[in-house]
Amino acid sequence: MQISDQLTQYLFSGFATGAIYALIGLGFAIIYNATGIINFAQGEFVMLGGMFTVSLITTAGLHPGVAVPCAIILTTVVGILFERLAIRPLKSATPLSLVIITIGGSILIRGIAMLVWDKDTHALPGFSGDEPIEIFGATLMPQHLWIFAVTIVVIGMSKLFFSYTISGKAMRACSYNSRAASLIGIDVRRMVLFSFIISSAMGSLAGIIIAPLTMTSYDVGIMIGIKGFCAAIIGGMSSGFGTVLGGLILGVLESMGAGLVSSGYKDAIAFVILLLILFIRPQGLFKKAETERV
Amino acid sequence: MKRELLKFLILAIVVAILPALLSGSYLVNVLIFVGIHTMLAVALNLLLGFAGQISLGHAGFFGLGAYASAILTTTYGINPWLAMVAAAVAVSLLAFAIGFPILKLKGHYLAMATLGLGIIFFIIFNEAVDLTGGPSGFSGIPNLKIGSITFDNDLKNYALIWLFTLVTVLLSLNLANSRIGRALRAIHDSEVAARVMGVNSRLLKVQIFALSAGISTLAGSLYAHTMGFISPTSFGFNFSIELITMVIIGGLGSIYGSLIGAFILTILPEALRTFQDYDIIIYGLILILMTMFLPGGLVRGVPGLLARLRPAGRQEG
Repeated sequence: MQISDQLTQYLFSGFATGAIYALIGLGFAIIYNATGIINFAQGEFVMLGGMFTVSLITTAGLHPGVAVPCAIILTTVVGILFERLAIRPLKSATPLSLVIITIGGSILIRGIAMLVWDKDTHALPGFSGDEPIEIFGATLMPQHLWIFAVTIVVIGMSKLFFSYTISGKAMRACSYNSRAASLIGIDVRRMVLFSFIISSAMGSLAGIIIAPLTMTSYDVGIMIGIKGFCAAIIGGMSSGFGTVLGGLILGVLESMGAGLVSSGYKDAIAFVILLLILFIRPQGLFKKAETERV
Repeated sequence: MKRELLKFLILAIVVAILPALLSGSYLVNVLIFVGIHTMLAVALNLLLGFAGQISLGHAGFFGLGAYASAILTTTYGINPWLAMVAAAVAVSLLAFAIGFPILKLKGHYLAMATLGLGIIFFIIFNEAVDLTGGPSGFSGIPNLKIGSITFDNDLKNYALIWLFTLVTVLLSLNLANSRIGRALRAIHDSEVAARVMGVNSRLLKVQIFALSAGISTLAGSLYAHTMGFISPTSFGFNFSIELITMVIIGGLGSIYGSLIGAFILTILPEALRTFQDYDIIIYGLILILMTMFLPGGLVRGVPGLLARLRPAGRQEG
């Protein structure tokens, strides 16, 4: 394979994983903007999406077209339960206790997943078969195209939601100033619940569309979750294009790094970037330092 | 102060006579782990409980100590005591350097950054196969020696580990009751207020981070020499969470609480062998429930709870 072909290959696979990171990062950003909480359990929603789908297809024998929406709904229910049981009862908790609670929630969900399923790695068949396609000298799976399509649709929809619907605008108002928002009659607590619903649905969708490429197991949530967080940090915690761009940058850097430097240290790339951004530009790459995010 | 000293003396006496009661049983081995975990939990508590700064990467420092000792003594034949001191100093300096940028972050961001740091260390332990032996581990680490005494059985190791643990506890108690301890608690309550009162909060946070990392490194070195074999899984994210859980159970800012937390979380899996794999669920539950209902931990929470129950009981009677 020529070097240019190799680079296109890395670019495409980088975009695909980057799109996944973007979806997860958006989930982080949406909850953060509504509540000021970094939800450490975000990665577990990704894991649940993949695992529910595997179970529904292989054990319950459902058609993927039915199994996928069901998996998203089931994960969203977990998201709602988590908000109701762990987040809502805490009225004036310190950031430290909130960190500890969401971490506790995250390992609890992971532990229960291990109990309900097992410790094995599960494969999910590609949505449109596993026959590779060749584009510009790069070999792609049909699943890559699914990832691109689904991500574009989801991001477009969330853009429309936040710009044009009453609920979306209300959620944005909460993120600017939740006290002012409650004074003009916005039910802030409901918006917090909405944010958990949206981000658990987005997270599970990300977990479902990536599962055919990377396989899934009860413990995939932590790694992929932090990478999504990294995308959101690069994007300055915006629930819009900043995070999407952040995800794509991270995805491409990671796949280039794995291909050209060392695949063993691939995972470290995201964490080094995460630390560098937090140290040097905690407001994200594309933003002026307007609000204190740290 | 006298009461503090008395409490510590009681602890020291209990530590001294316990092995006599349990002689020969594998429980001595379990208590060695309680000692190592106590060192780690106390170290983390200095940072988390006193200064109010979270670290999700402390297992990484523990691992750095273990690997540094293993590599320096086994691969390069350096004296274990020298290697131990070198590792603790080097990692403290490293933590001091990282501390400045990392402790500028607060709350959730600090948690994520330290988590990232811990995972970077974990990846290095796994991937630097030439140095660390990679996922299959590092074996053949020599026992520690003083003169003609080699620390090669449970009883000797128990004495060694608990000597270090007691010194750590004593120093931490001293630190907690000093000017520095009060300044740290001030930072915990309100960093702005502490700074207004003339506390150099930035430097102090970094110093306590370095100290905490240094103690964890020391615990790692001791662990490596006691076990003779180490592998990356002992130093992963789950262990960082376990350490946080120990601190939370005992109570933030309580040194004896960390000892109790370390004791409970080390004994529990031994007592209930069946839930080997499921201990992580228990930790998750403990973290959530303790933070919600008993934020002071067992040491401060239980007396408070009893005090609340007692008057109610009398009214009924």
